[in-house]
Amino acid sequence: MLATEETPNVAVETPFDALCAILERFEYNPTKLIPILQAVQDEYRYLPEDVLTYVATALRLPPARVYGVASFYAHFTLEPKGKHIIRLCDGTACHVKGTPKLLAAIRERLDLSEAQDTTPDMLFTVETVSCLGACGLAPVMVIDEAVHGQLSADDAVEIVEAIMEEEGVA
Amino acid sequence: MRSLCDSVHLASREKGITMTNPSYMTIDGRQVAIEGEKNLLEIIRKAGIDLPTFCYHSELSVYGACRLCIVEIEGMGTVTSCSTIPREGMVVRTNTEVLRETRKYTVELLLADHNQSCTTCGKSGSCTLQTLTRRLGIREVRFDATRDPLPLDESTPSLMRDPNSCVLCGDCVRVCTEIQGIGAIDFASRGSEVTVGPAFGRMLGDVECVHCGQCARVCPTGAITPKPEIDEVWKAIHDPEQTVVVQVAPAVRVALGESFGMKAGTIATGKMVAALRAIGFDKVYDTSFAADLTVMEEAHEFLARKANGENLPQFTSCCPAWVTFAEQFFPDLLPNVSSCKSPQQMFGALAKDTLPAELGITRDKLTVVSIMPCTAKKAEAKLDKFARNGGPDVDHVLTTQELARMIEETGLSFAALESESLDMPFGFKTGAGVIFGASGGVSEAVARHVAQTFANGERPRVDFTEVRGDQGLREAVVTAGDVEVKLAIVNGLANALMLAERVKAGDCDYDFIEVMACPGGCIGGAGQPVTKDTAARQKRARGLYEDDKNLQLHVSRENPFVTHAYDHVLGEVGGEKAHHLLHTAYQTRRRMALDGMHLMTGDELDKLAVTVCVGTSCHLRGAQKLLAGIMDYVNERSIDGYVDVKATFCMERCDRGPTVTVGERVFERCTLDMARAAIDEEVDKIVACQTVTAQDTPYLTERDFERQVASGLLRFLQNRRPAAATQENTPHGCHGCATNTETGCLHE
Repeated sequence: MLATEETPNVAVETPFDALCAILERFEYNPTKLIPILQAVQDEYRYLPEDVLTYVATALRLPPARVYGVASFYAHFTLEPKGKHIIRLCDGTACHVKGTPKLLAAIRERLDLSEAQDTTPDMLFTVETVSCLGACGLAPVMVIDEAVHGQLSADDAVEIVEAIMEEEGVA
Repeated sequence: MRSLCDSVHLASREKGITMTNPSYMTIDGRQVAIEGEKNLLEIIRKAGIDLPTFCYHSELSVYGACRLCIVEIEGMGTVTSCSTIPREGMVVRTNTEVLRETRKYTVELLLADHNQSCTTCGKSGSCTLQTLTRRLGIREVRFDATRDPLPLDESTPSLMRDPNSCVLCGDCVRVCTEIQGIGAIDFASRGSEVTVGPAFGRMLGDVECVHCGQCARVCPTGAITPKPEIDEVWKAIHDPEQTVVVQVAPAVRVALGESFGMKAGTIATGKMVAALRAIGFDKVYDTSFAADLTVMEEAHEFLARKANGENLPQFTSCCPAWVTFAEQFFPDLLPNVSSCKSPQQMFGALAKDTLPAELGITRDKLTVVSIMPCTAKKAEAKLDKFARNGGPDVDHVLTTQELARMIEETGLSFAALESESLDMPFGFKTGAGVIFGASGGVSEAVARHVAQTFANGERPRVDFTEVRGDQGLREAVVTAGDVEVKLAIVNGLANALMLAERVKAGDCDYDFIEVMACPGGCIGGAGQPVTKDTAARQKRARGLYEDDKNLQLHVSRENPFVTHAYDHVLGEVGGEKAHHLLHTAYQTRRRMALDGMHLMTGDELDKLAVTVCVGTSCHLRGAQKLLAGIMDYVNERSIDGYVDVKATFCMERCDRGPTVTVGERVFERCTLDMARAAIDEEVDKIVACQTVTAQDTPYLTERDFERQVASGLLRFLQNRRPAAATQENTPHGCHGCATNTETGCLHE
């Protein structure tokens, strides 16, 4: 036996354990597909094909139906996203208040090409959303759960740089 | 306030019209009776107005997406008639300027993103989009395409998908889900990005599609079409070295005429034979002959099972889409599926076995072509298990549609052809072999056989009208002598799914279950001519039963050429040679081609691969708990560096799950203790092997060390005793076969 006293017998919580727990929590109920996918995405940060197939199998739904739901909603992503998600509001109010400038500045700071939304180190993903419902704060940027309003391009870059510094990539 | 109905009532009374049962509505100024129609569209069509639709099929749920069946109703505005419930007194207009313009505009928008290569499209001539463009007088498409072309899907031998021709009506999605209970294709993405296809943008050949082709049957455009094999057949016909024989399925003769202006159900056997000879086929035979053989074998198998009371109910195996469905979804029921090959494959095996000698040629100079109403038969013919002695038993499969196209290509005037007769001996059949083409036909043919077997000198019954019809699920009890047979007849795989679940749950006591994947049986197959006649299936079935009446013999065992085949080639019914040529075995099949989930990856050089199957059957048998237990154990023992754990979606051992592989050993019905013991054993060996190698060679470069370890592992693998826990993949179809228990199975 290889187990020694230095390595205590603690089961490591893997994403698969979490996936099983989610399915248990929703009682393998196929009508709860959307909340299940939301919870799974919180765990994996995206919806990998094999995980979706597992969900389909466990819920006894055709994989094509699960894929259809996952690909329909903008909230769900089938590609891995970065650790920090930067969402810029590009609704009418934010757009006229300068979202395109913010977006260009942030993308330039993160060195993202036109085809890229996620940095190669998987730290940041930049997205735009149609409206965050906070038009009074336009232009609005949400990083992870934090809302930042009435920003200039420089403000926005500064906020991103602070996170880069925390992550040690500045 | 008076309702609209009341006011119409009043208006009618004022005009002196009495509104009694049935109630009426007004369509374009005409009074039309409401006679239990489900929706307004059906009443409008009954009134002789063919409102255009893409997404309406009477047998599918109402979708209301294509917006072409729009009408104006007084007090309601513009609505889609397919999704409007008919009410008394409605005043409906179908042909106003606004409606006409809107319909045109809708079709024009569809055309903008449509692949407009109509001249070379497989659906040209029977395409709804093409027809409507002409009917609605669209002469110009003012919009540019906004989508980049998507790749074609030619991954299956049966069907082709061209997403660039899709109008997103969803007919295929609904037929696959509602009628077939599968859901292999669905909508994906949203808005202008929407496509229809298999999960994860994969190809049809990589998912759970059973090739029934019902999606192609309902597709209004060329987005899903049967995959043609015409070119290969012409090539064989033009090759002077090849003798090309053809077998024609029963359902073809009552539908082929439709492609040449004849009514559905017209028996066109004679003209069809003449056309096939004119095309250049050397011999023209009848799959109904092989259907007679099927009855002999299947009834023999059934009576043996009935006598022993084992593996009942017996499911039929004539329909390859159903067989694939059972292999994918009901691994536990495979022992209940008859081991008989389909008539197409029985014919192929017998033809390739006997015809070369008879015609004085070698096997490789004989090409066997089938004409089938079916797309699944194309995939069936290409299965490895149906290729013997270096070549397939059936070389090419054409649909009824493809035969019609070949006849058109030759320029033959089909209607004017003089009838010719089929070639002997495989062209001779009884009526029992002909009715195979309709749902209930196989059951009736077997019932006739059983009735004659137990007739005890009395005149046996021939017509079993109680099993006929095209409802999705029918039941009948047939009594012959003191034998009572409880039959169930299903068509549409969703009905089969429901029935199979009941059989699994022990919730029914049928003896014999006939399954046909397509609604109505083979006559409703996806290879049949595209028709607008909603009653075509019933008419084709009537044609088959009429053909049966016209023949002299109605019971398969009376076929003298079947007797001759048993006397000279096959030996006893159900015997060794018959089993070799006419029976097959089934295997459980995975539904998705996916690598699986890599859940733990060790960082040592030598690692043990542990794979747990989490496909549906294994999942239901507790694979998830087993997998979690294995991962916990690996962590608990701190051997995670030495182990890779992967969850895979199917190891095709579904009836014996949960299945786990540890290294190269396969454990079926695996328990956590079994897995733990095997992991212990294998990891200890790896660790020991690494320690020895490292001690023996203290001064090694990293590269040398890697090599040493690799060769040590190789030695270890070579010296290991054969894995005791690995079980052979037993063929399931052998159950009930005499050769299986006594002399070992004779299957290849």
